[in-house]
Amino acid sequence: MNSMIDSDKPMEIICVACPHGCRLEATRKDGEILISNAGCKRGKEYAINEITDPRRMVATTVRVKHGIHPLLPVYTSEPFPKGRIEELLREIRAVEINAPVKMNQVVLENALGTGIDVVASRDLV
Amino acid sequence: MIDQTYDVVVVGSGPGGLAAAIAAKENGAEKVLIIERDIELGGILLQCIHNGFGMEIFKEDLPGPSYAQRFIQQVSELGIDTLLDSMVLEATPQRRLYVTNRAGGIRTIDTKALVFAMGCRERTRAQIRVPGTRPAGVYTAGTAQRWVNVEGFMPGKRFVILGSGDIGMIMARRLTLEGAQVERVLEIMPYLSGLSRNYVQCLQDFNIPLHLKHTVKNIIGNKRVEAVEMAAVDDQRRIIPGSEEVILCDTLLLSVGLIPENELSRQAGVQLDSLTSGPLVDSYFHTNVPGIFAAGNVVHVYDLVDWVTGAGREAGRGAALYAMGKLPASGACIAVRAGNNVRYVVPQRIDAQVLEQEPISLQFRVSRPIEAPVWLEAAANGNSVTRRSVFYARPGEMLNLPLKPEMADGLRGAKEITIHVNER
Repeated sequence: MNSMIDSDKPMEIICVACPHGCRLEATRKDGEILISNAGCKRGKEYAINEITDPRRMVATTVRVKHGIHPLLPVYTSEPFPKGRIEELLREIRAVEINAPVKMNQVVLENALGTGIDVVASRDLV
Repeated sequence: MIDQTYDVVVVGSGPGGLAAAIAAKENGAEKVLIIERDIELGGILLQCIHNGFGMEIFKEDLPGPSYAQRFIQQVSELGIDTLLDSMVLEATPQRRLYVTNRAGGIRTIDTKALVFAMGCRERTRAQIRVPGTRPAGVYTAGTAQRWVNVEGFMPGKRFVILGSGDIGMIMARRLTLEGAQVERVLEIMPYLSGLSRNYVQCLQDFNIPLHLKHTVKNIIGNKRVEAVEMAAVDDQRRIIPGSEEVILCDTLLLSVGLIPENELSRQAGVQLDSLTSGPLVDSYFHTNVPGIFAAGNVVHVYDLVDWVTGAGREAGRGAALYAMGKLPASGACIAVRAGNNVRYVVPQRIDAQVLEQEPISLQFRVSRPIEAPVWLEAAANGNSVTRRSVFYARPGEMLNLPLKPEMADGLRGAKEITIHVNER
């Protein structure tokens, strides 16, 4: 993705850090990435990460036994490397747990060795 | 144990209802009850397992169920009564509710103040009149979301999604993550109807093509959807002959808008705004029927749950004050009107005496997008009352303009205040 930006052609990045959806512009000058139009600090951070190491929050479900629903919603405790999301989902699909479950209970620890946990989004009795 | 009389009863336990009940209790209402038709509190948040909730209120990026649970916990800590798995059959203008459930049969509950927080329903195929056969495999996006995220089954393998609303885009991603193929997202308007961030992280990330100014011309299939015929439309949304293309799929999801669910409100004599399909309200979200308030998406469709919570709190506070006989008596009412490039404004009326005491936030949507800096301006008696600038205005993204107590002077004697959105 690095090669997509150079100083002549700014790259447009729509920020997803919050719902405002600011349209940022990334340019490269002397090897450094410059971000303009960011509405806040987090936006600037997002844009730089988007170029160097894009990540996303991943939310999905795992099977749960003996609960009021057959599925438990889960999510990554922090944004997960975008390129490895499919791999992560394969891992999560193999998980099955028993109710009751507490919110933030770890469902998959240190997923794919990233140091990121997959945790329960809610209590489930 | 459920009593027969309450200070505040809230119908619905989504984010609006939860916030209203909590605020009612915190503002002095002693006996507060939430009635919910599902088997647990939380409403649609429970099926919204994706992240993006709570950035404004908690400064955290939470999934829907986590966001809901924080409020559910407060409800329980505050000693608010709940009646689950129960339907309100009827509400009267005197704030008597007829409620039924399996265990208790039909019972009546009277309340000093009532908050409607029923949220929305999705627009269906019948409401947008899609031609073609009537096979299985045509569903609303939210129904599919409930099936996939809560009940645990996939409604199809190969999807076309009509409408670029947030739920549609979020389902496009969700179905892709679950191994389905999402062929297209079609949007009849020339712009996205949901948030830009959802376009990026739900469609762009997964290379799902979005076609603006396109619609479904025909549904093909007898027992099950076999294909849809898509077509381009012109500026008047008329199908352009010759632009048709057949897309093979087994499921068509509709994400074509939400309509506030106001059956009960209507029965209770609440007047609705024909533009929002929600009640006409003042800044406390008080309807025209004394003691009946409305919280959240039942008033108009918000973009963000955080704002629904904010609106629910206002309604709950108003309801508590009403129940205690402390709601300021309505003084001179000023009608709030939609002006240049504004489709609607909520609240539809404000009270100058209330504004003298506290700020009032006007919420509105533009009719057409302006991708350039604009002024959001309130005018009364031919003069500007206040204005602020934003970088752009899009119909999919709600705008707000705060009125401050010091502006009450400029509104003296005014019968109406008009909101305009003009290019700078």
